[in-house]
Amino acid sequence: MTAALERAYRDERAAVLATITRRLGGDLALAEDAVQDAFVAAAVEWDRRGVPDRPGAWLTTTAWRRALDRRRHERVAREHLHRLAEPMSYDLEPELERSSLEDDRLRMLFCCCHPALAPEARMALTLRSVAGLTVPEIARAFLSSEAAMERRLVRARRKISDARIPFAVPPDEQLPERLAGVLRVVYLVYTEGHAAARGDAPIRGELCEEAIRLARLLVALMPDEAEANGLLALLLLTDARRSARQGAGGALVALEDQDRARWDGALVDEGAAVLERALRLPARGPYAIQAAIAALHSRAESWEATDWPQIAGLYAVLAGLDPSPVVTVNRAVAVGFASSPRAGLALLDEVALTGYQPLWAARAELLRRAGDDEGADAAYSQAIALSGNEAERAALERRRKVKAAE
Amino acid sequence: MQYLIQLTYRPGEGPQEGTPEFDAEMAVWGALNQELREAGVVLGGSGLNVDSATTVRTRGGELTVTDGPYAETKETLFSFYMLDVEDLDAAIAWAAKMPAAEYGSVDIRPMVGLELR
Repeated sequence: MTAALERAYRDERAAVLATITRRLGGDLALAEDAVQDAFVAAAVEWDRRGVPDRPGAWLTTTAWRRALDRRRHERVAREHLHRLAEPMSYDLEPELERSSLEDDRLRMLFCCCHPALAPEARMALTLRSVAGLTVPEIARAFLSSEAAMERRLVRARRKISDARIPFAVPPDEQLPERLAGVLRVVYLVYTEGHAAARGDAPIRGELCEEAIRLARLLVALMPDEAEANGLLALLLLTDARRSARQGAGGALVALEDQDRARWDGALVDEGAAVLERALRLPARGPYAIQAAIAALHSRAESWEATDWPQIAGLYAVLAGLDPSPVVTVNRAVAVGFASSPRAGLALLDEVALTGYQPLWAARAELLRRAGDDEGADAAYSQAIALSGNEAERAALERRRKVKAAE
Repeated sequence: MQYLIQLTYRPGEGPQEGTPEFDAEMAVWGALNQELREAGVVLGGSGLNVDSATTVRTRGGELTVTDGPYAETKETLFSFYMLDVEDLDAAIAWAAKMPAAEYGSVDIRPMVGLELR
């Protein structure tokens, strides 16, 4: 029985929550409580009477009844009403058709990723209500206390209901922008796991895996959106290198120094296949282009044998769509190989963000290759001083020494 | 769902009175107000005189009246609407059409319920 309950919690909870939230007109806070009630009831009932044939349907019906009970109770307590304003029925034709369940999960994603919520709240809420992680799991992933995470979630749910953030897929005119916001949340969940900005553990695998699960869900729900496919491809291709990226003692290993035999070939193949689909669809954007760059790296037998001219070209396209320091720095590195280190350095001069660590790391590399050892050492020192991660700092120290000894 | 839409700006930002840009902005406001009326979503609203605000406090039964808050300090509230629309996305769609969103900011606050008229 416990196994059945655990399985239901993992497999059914998100869909049940999404259905109940929609039935309640978007009241995610009440829906969370009702779904929790339903699982508590299941722990008792399934033990006594056996596991129902369709656990999802049982949970949905039970959660719906609990939600109505709670709502009635609240109203009576608040108003001493003689009669309820609107009669509500206990009857729920459990809407367990596949299409309607999928629609509800998509609504849940757009609701949890609404731009009116704080960015950290969007990530936490998505992991809780869409991915089904527990509060302790989310707290651990974000290096936060359980109490603080719970408060953040409660506040976000309250805003959804108080400000009436719609539980809906946005209308066509808002869809591109809002979908970009949803993709951004999934991307940030991945990067939060992949390169922690603080702390000593550079990679927190569970967040990477959840982000990929979410990206897969998005592609399943919106198969014709180029950027949903682009994001999934990017995450798969990046994740293929995860184990090669972490060296002995947790130090980060730069792409250049990674043991390519340790890249996960199955993930590379899957990522390349998803990328092909993304590139065939209209309106491909930054994620598809970044995935194309990642695919070129995956295909190269070595750092030296990488197709730098094509990568530099893709970064130029990306810079046109997203002229951020991150893109410029990566573009400069690629140009440094495709044409010359000096050409790469010239691009770096455009970056105004002087406190940005990767800028100094890239400048150091390019100066070294241009033969300016003194400038390179100074740039490494800057990069090391700006790094907030122990493993990253150690990697930079090592690079500075190794290259200087050559 | 009822929302209070608060429009604020920093004095000096946006088109200045007496310029063609200012007149153009006024024309946009006029058209937007017409659109809001036709949509039947306006509960109320008004522009505010930003230079003549007065603050009232009672502390321990003692009344203090002061001049201000001053227009030159930070963001100034210069106009508001009360709208009754379906949900936050609908409120955001109206707010995004307001010229002040381009140079100032538009804050949307859910109203608990308009009970006094």
